Amino acid sequence: MSGTEHLNVIWYVLVGVLFTGYAILDGFDLGTGALHLFTKKDLHRRTLLNAIGPVWDGNEVWLVTGGGALFAAFPEVYATAFSGFYTAFILLLFMLIFRAVSIDVRSKQAHPRWRAFWDTAFSVSSLLASLLIGVALGNIAYGVPLTAEGIYYGSVFAQLHPYALIVGVTTVALFMMHGAIYLVMKTDGELNAIIRNWIRPTMIFFFLMYTITTVATLLYVPKMTQPFQRSPWLFVVPLLTILAIANIPREIHHGREFRAFLSSCVAMVALMALFGIGMFPELIHSNPNPEYSLTAFNAASSPKTLKTMLTIALIGMPLVLAYTFSIYWIFRGKVKMDNMSY
Amino acid sequence: MDVLLLSRIQFAVTIGFHYIYPPLSIGLGVILVIMEGLYLRTRNPLYQQMTRFWVRIFGLTFAIGVATGIVMEFEFGTNWARYSRFVGDVFGSALAAEGIFAFFLESGFLAILLFGWDKVKPGMHFFATIMVCFGAHFSAVWIVVANSWMQTPTGYHIVETANGFRAEITDFWAMVFNPSSIDRLSHTIMGAWQAGAFFVISVSAYYLLKKKHEQFARNSIKIALAVAVVASLGQLLTGHSSAETLAQTQPAKLAAFEGIYEDGKPAGLTVIGYVDEANETVHGITIPGMLSWLVHGDPNAPITGLHAFAPEDRPPVQIVFQLYHAMVAIGMTLILLAVGGALLLWRGTLFKHTWLLWILVFSVLLPQLANQIGWAAAEIGRQPWIVYGLMRTAEGLSEVVTGQQVLGSLILFTLIYIGLFVLFIFLLDQKIKHGPLDEDLPTMGRRA
Repeated sequence: MSGTEHLNVIWYVLVGVLFTGYAILDGFDLGTGALHLFTKKDLHRRTLLNAIGPVWDGNEVWLVTGGGALFAAFPEVYATAFSGFYTAFILLLFMLIFRAVSIDVRSKQAHPRWRAFWDTAFSVSSLLASLLIGVALGNIAYGVPLTAEGIYYGSVFAQLHPYALIVGVTTVALFMMHGAIYLVMKTDGELNAIIRNWIRPTMIFFFLMYTITTVATLLYVPKMTQPFQRSPWLFVVPLLTILAIANIPREIHHGREFRAFLSSCVAMVALMALFGIGMFPELIHSNPNPEYSLTAFNAASSPKTLKTMLTIALIGMPLVLAYTFSIYWIFRGKVKMDNMSY
Repeated sequence: MDVLLLSRIQFAVTIGFHYIYPPLSIGLGVILVIMEGLYLRTRNPLYQQMTRFWVRIFGLTFAIGVATGIVMEFEFGTNWARYSRFVGDVFGSALAAEGIFAFFLESGFLAILLFGWDKVKPGMHFFATIMVCFGAHFSAVWIVVANSWMQTPTGYHIVETANGFRAEITDFWAMVFNPSSIDRLSHTIMGAWQAGAFFVISVSAYYLLKKKHEQFARNSIKIALAVAVVASLGQLLTGHSSAETLAQTQPAKLAAFEGIYEDGKPAGLTVIGYVDEANETVHGITIPGMLSWLVHGDPNAPITGLHAFAPEDRPPVQIVFQLYHAMVAIGMTLILLAVGGALLLWRGTLFKHTWLLWILVFSVLLPQLANQIGWAAAEIGRQPWIVYGLMRTAEGLSEVVTGQQVLGSLILFTLIYIGLFVLFIFLLDQKIKHGPLDEDLPTMGRRA
């Protein structure tokens, strides 16, 4: 390693941290959206919206900041990914717009058809957004045909190959499970009893998809497993994922919903770490020509900028964590509605 | 179809639509701080009711601002990949700083502002209101810094890397405080305050005309007029200062604003007119020597004309000229309305002039228009450059995106945004017709 390469590694990790923050936080509100239509009563649907009400747009800021950090630290990756996946990302943006609007306007009119329309919009956009995020992850891991200049001439149909779709559906399942656990924590009474019944099916769905993804990765993306063969101690990470997930039903059974939610968060951190370790140092894998892959070293900004940005992150991130924890603390406990609610 | 033209139209549509909302958040943010501050000081329940009503409106504009803002964060990558590769080191940093310093602050405290009335003490709620207002201003800081760097790049050098040439930061603070940052930031923020103030003025004037919620409306309009006077006069100062800087840093843009072709001669100021591009002259009412005097304090000082630039380095003159002049005309009208309104308020006759109240109802459109066309003038006036003097707009496009793809996304964005706008107006109209809620007047014994 030369003098400044540690900065590239730090930013590889930091960008990962931002996207992990996004997955953990927006993950539960995307999951809430995906599950939304499984409740039938208007009051229940309103309660779900207000369970994520004060936090969902702050959660999306993690994506925006992750995008900004990617642009600043790895401009080549930002440019190649967003132009190469043009159609998929534009679709994702449309889904995020629809979602934001449906959350905000759904309860502003009493007409049942108005509400039914926005309920569907909220649910479908959440589901598709989760799927597209997963498909994007699947593609950068499986690899896309990059040119020697690190440019990707992609078509949306080529991006919908089986491996990417498997990762996409796994992401949906993960967010549904995470969302169900969050909602158990935030609701009470009849609705709480309904949501409790969602935990088992969503967990089974996720476990099934997780197994399929693992097998598919071993078969089709063996390079993801190389770091684990080189350093077997890294197996702690997948082990942690499994332990954290196995802990969820136990905590739910004992009525410790917050600890169940924490377990789900830990599982997601471990999953993202698994992904990051498997990919390192690549950010977009080139397939067929792996030597053209965009990495933390060949796609980065100058060391001076990485250093400046690190200062910004060191000042900013503690503040961000402080607000995030305060907001979740202030809005802890079961949802109560008043005349400012959605 | 031409990818360049379509991508430029798509950027204009998405940023133009997005920019309806952030100025409202910034301007309303200031007004909310004043209202809630007055409530805490006087404990007059009316101020509490006012704050809550305007917070609801704020929430609506903020939600659409967020939804359309996410698009902007990624559109540099989707449509302007070469530009992103070239400037990521510099421009990306400002964008990331915006996320870390502004968006988290704004969205975090927004939760308390909207939903925290019964969860935190009144003092803490007021603190949250101030933080949301700060957050909105910080996001203006970073995005205007990033855009100003595209207008007047400093603090960078051009480096050849394995992937081609790119700009890298040499001095972060020189990049942040590039020559046009402060002028353009203050001009943008004053424009945002005008947008918020005239919005409140418009709704309040409507209530006064309909003889509904009159006490509420009178108190709202007083606060908003005060902000409008400060912001409208502030626009005069920051606009003037911007033009002075422009003469130094982007003379081609200034020349296009005023339609000056002749180089190195004293120049006049055209009040109204049109550019005869074929004969390179302007027809209209011109005050001789006025531009020289405004920029250099001397009516005989020479001004750089468009002839100093090769034709391929000039912005389109007619459209920039007209947009700029329309912005100035609206700015002057807003000064008249704000100062005139404040004088009549002081004399106690403002609420008696029905005709004036009707003008004030429609005045909400003026700052919105001025903000849009002012930005358009600034951006079209930078053409043909995407980064002034460094990279042409045509060179910034994505390598791989086709005209068909952009046409598809442009059509969808346009349709969705039209739908969003209709929805926004519909919900806004409902909230306004519904008016302030009686239950928002705090009663004794209830936690504020």
